[in-house]
This record gives sequence, C-alpha cells and structure tokens, in this order.
Amino acid sequence: MPTLHTVNKSPFERNSLATCLERAAGGDGVLLCEDAVIGARKGSAFAKALAEKAATCAIYALAPDLAARGIKGEDVVEAVKTVDYSGFVDLAADADRVCAWL
Amino acid sequence: MRFAIVVNEGPYTHQASDSAWQFAKAALAKGHEIFRVFFYHDGVNNATRYTVPPQDDRNLQKLWSELAAEHELDLVVCIAAAQRRGILDADEAKRQGKDGDNIAPGFRISGLGQLIEAGIQADRLVTFGD
Repeated sequence: MPTLHTVNKSPFERNSLATCLERAAGGDGVLLCEDAVIGARKGSAFAKALAEKAATCAIYALAPDLAARGIKGEDVVEAVKTVDYSGFVDLAADADRVCAWL
Repeated sequence: MRFAIVVNEGPYTHQASDSAWQFAKAALAKGHEIFRVFFYHDGVNNATRYTVPPQDDRNLQKLWSELAAEHELDLVVCIAAAQRRGILDADEAKRQGKDGDNIAPGFRISGLGQLIEAGIQADRLVTFGD
C-alpha cells in the first residue's frame, strides 16, 4: 500500500480520525491504535464512516488496544480487521511510508 | 527492513512510549533492524534513570534500557528538549553547572540532526506521540 496512516486518539476527543479518513487515498491503509480503537466499536458514531472508507482503504484496529478497552472482536465494525503488534510491523513494512496523525 | 522510531510523549502520560516499545520489540522479533529510536519533546522524559514507578507497574525507562542493551539499539534524546526538562548526561551536567546527571543506561543526548539522519537512513520512520 502507498501509505499506512496511524491514528491514536479517540475520535470523540480529537478530529484526527475524521481528517485522516477524509485524506487517505484509495489503496492506503488506516490503523487505529490506542484510544482510536474506540471509534471501531459497532454502533459508534464513526462505525458508518469506517465501513464506507473500507471500500477503498484497508482499515485495521490494534487488537491489544481493543482488549485493553474491553472491546471484544465481535463488537468491532465488520469492515475493520484486527492486527497485533506483529501485524502492525508487517503493515508498516508493506507500506511505502507511515503517516502518524498526531 | 530498517525502521526508525520517534517517541514524542513521556512515559505514563498516555500510551505512546508503551506503543513504541511494543512496536520496536515486535519489529526486532521479526528480524527487522531498528536504526535508531529518537526521543523528542516530552519523550525525553523516558530517559531519566530516576524513574521509580510502583513495583507492580511496568518501568518504561528500564524496558527501553533493557531492549537497547539486548539489541544494541541507539536511543537518542534531543538535547534542546532534554535541557528544558532536566535530562542531563555527565558532560551536560558539568557544562551547565548542575550537581548531577540522570540519563539512563543506553540513552545518549544528541541533536535533531540525528532524527533527520534516521529519516534518511531508515526505510520507514514510525512516529508515536500525543
């Protein structure tokens, strides 16, 4: 993928996820980690935006950060894939560059 | 593949230092190289050896120092950010007329040029911060 975007803040705290989803190009990847994983919960205000973006971008959420926040796999928006840190490393290696939306 | 990592947030603030450490550990476990870890802004606070968290909590400074010792990592602390926050090595303590230093094992103080070099030399630069 051209760019792996990482978002680490809750979308209810900052607008970095919304801005990232607006800007990420087709074929890019978006990884939600730390508090950003809250947005990937089924029924969240961002579930629809993530599911729509998944048509053109691969959307991931970091599994250990979901678990740390009590979000089970079955509670994650279906279009969002979960990865562990090893998967995060693979995504970063596969992408041409990594862009952190801090 | 050769990674470089930037840490812009102190320990125990949110999660950036933890995430960066986990990423570094996972990358090393997969056989990747970590060219450098650059600690910038409040991230320099990861580099004080006077950190004394409760015994049942993770000690992030120690975790970084141990990972550096095990894999010969280059942990670089930004000098301007470090001086503002009281992170000093022996030379800087002497130069600034301070009565002691606090830099943790495995860390070294240097300049922003080290971040630029890491960006050039590494295949991927991955940033963790606030």
